[in-house]
Amino acid sequence: MDQPGTYLHWGVIQISVANLIVIGLMLLVFVLALVLPFPGRRR
Amino acid sequence: MTTEERMWTARLRNRATRALPPDQLLPDRQPAYVASWIYVFGVATLAALLVVLVSGGILALEGPQWYHGSPQGHFVNSLHLWSVELFFFTMVIHLWGKFFMAAWRGHRAMTWVTGAIAFLGSIGTAFTGYLVQSNFDSQWISTQAKDGLNSVGVGAWFNVLNYGQMLLFHVVLFPLVLGFLVIWHVLLVRRRGVVPPFADEAAAATPVPQAPQGEEVAS
Amino acid sequence: MSMTTRERRSAVLGVITLLTVVLAVVFGSPDKHAISLAEWARNAPNDFVTTAVAELDGSSGTATYGAPYVNDPTAGQKLGPLPLQRFGGVREPVDTAQDFVIGPLSTVTSDPALRSALARYQGASDDQRKAWTGAYADALGKAPDNDPAKVATGDYGPVPLLAGRLLDLARSGGLDGQLLSSGGFYQTDYAKPLLFIADGTYLEDQARAEHLGGDQWGMMNETGGYPGQAWLWLYTFWYQIPPFSSSDNADALVWALMMVLSLALVLLPFIPGLRSIPRATRVYRLIWREHYRTNR
Repeated sequence: MDQPGTYLHWGVIQISVANLIVIGLMLLVFVLALVLPFPGRRR
Repeated sequence: MTTEERMWTARLRNRATRALPPDQLLPDRQPAYVASWIYVFGVATLAALLVVLVSGGILALEGPQWYHGSPQGHFVNSLHLWSVELFFFTMVIHLWGKFFMAAWRGHRAMTWVTGAIAFLGSIGTAFTGYLVQSNFDSQWISTQAKDGLNSVGVGAWFNVLNYGQMLLFHVVLFPLVLGFLVIWHVLLVRRRGVVPPFADEAAAATPVPQAPQGEEVAS
Repeated sequence: MSMTTRERRSAVLGVITLLTVVLAVVFGSPDKHAISLAEWARNAPNDFVTTAVAELDGSSGTATYGAPYVNDPTAGQKLGPLPLQRFGGVREPVDTAQDFVIGPLSTVTSDPALRSALARYQGASDDQRKAWTGAYADALGKAPDNDPAKVATGDYGPVPLLAGRLLDLARSGGLDGQLLSSGGFYQTDYAKPLLFIADGTYLEDQARAEHLGGDQWGMMNETGGYPGQAWLWLYTFWYQIPPFSSSDNADALVWALMMVLSLALVLLPFIPGLRSIPRATRVYRLIWREHYRTNR
């Protein structure tokens, strides 16, 4: 990760791939937390 | 008035016990509706904060020169960075979850308020951390951030160019304030309990244009 | 199999700790070394000399900054009619000519040419000094690569010699210590060396190469390929769009806007409309689907 970062551009938006992965993972984990069944509570 | 009633320790203990009975302070059971992974993220945020504090404590123990000079120091520096990334990662998911539960309902507004201020305080604390790395990042971030703080007239008090001041902000002042907020927030959660689901009838009585997921369970 | 609350807490702590260690081992952390004045003077001598002359001339970024460094009632950002920056007062005074150039050079006693150049400069009238520094700054600006060796001849007085000697002092590493040790034995305030180095373009060029510029969403970025402060996305976003991107008061405006938005986040439970979004979006039906299924 000490190599220069890769950046993506869409119009006014500029974001590093690293930040995009972090934000993408956050959204993914959030959705999974809502959708996945929670163990041990099912009746 | 008995002797015990006059002693401030006894009075404080009695007040504390009334406000937060032991089973409420450290509960071993949660209501049945607490059955979603989203509930894990509050505890996960606290866990990440604990790792932040421990790794930061080791950095403080060895001092600023250590985290660049030695591989061990740099490794602990890495632990501190990634625990902070995880702290924000879990905290933001926690915030999203609590937002969609409208977790401020039922006299829980103060829980939301303390949590939101703790979130903003965490941003400030992390920011001062970037300033005391004593590397290129610190140079650039401090010379940029000074403009923001100076533009509203507080730059001489929150002086980002003063390394000594920022180090003390980062390791003493801000963690103290943040620690107080987090403890207050957690005690409020214990006192008020976890927010219950929206009443079913009310939910069903509010038709929503788009079909949300989980529609099939609406009565 | 169902875990108790305590077991679950321990498991979460274990997972977070393990994740931290794995991420630290696999990715490490960024640590681009700090730029010293010596490195700047060695790697970009022309930029260093140009900056030094601007400090002497009183035309550098710091010299024209206003509060809290310089007393200039016309300088500083405003929030509408409110000169908030000026309200803070000049609490960290900096005299760029004296603090960055004349002062450090005055400590060099073994250089007769420098001594007489300093005496000539300090003995001249303000107008004469301004004429020398202004003319030399212009000439440097016009010289190829801003190279002091290629400057056209002109009446610059002792200024070229002073700038050249400051470059020598900086290259030797002496200026780093001098700008820091201006007050006493123990020092923790890096305001002077940081302000000086930030007045040049060397630091900024390096930052821009790492996508750290203010107009590059720099606040949320990090050196190398590391994730940065992604949580600053909204704060840095405003700087990218009008009216902020073209305003001289962008910092004050964005600060004020973020204060309002932060307050809205804190007080969300009391704001009609916003506080009803959770009920309207019905994401909660997903969170509590077990409850709604069993309590139907």
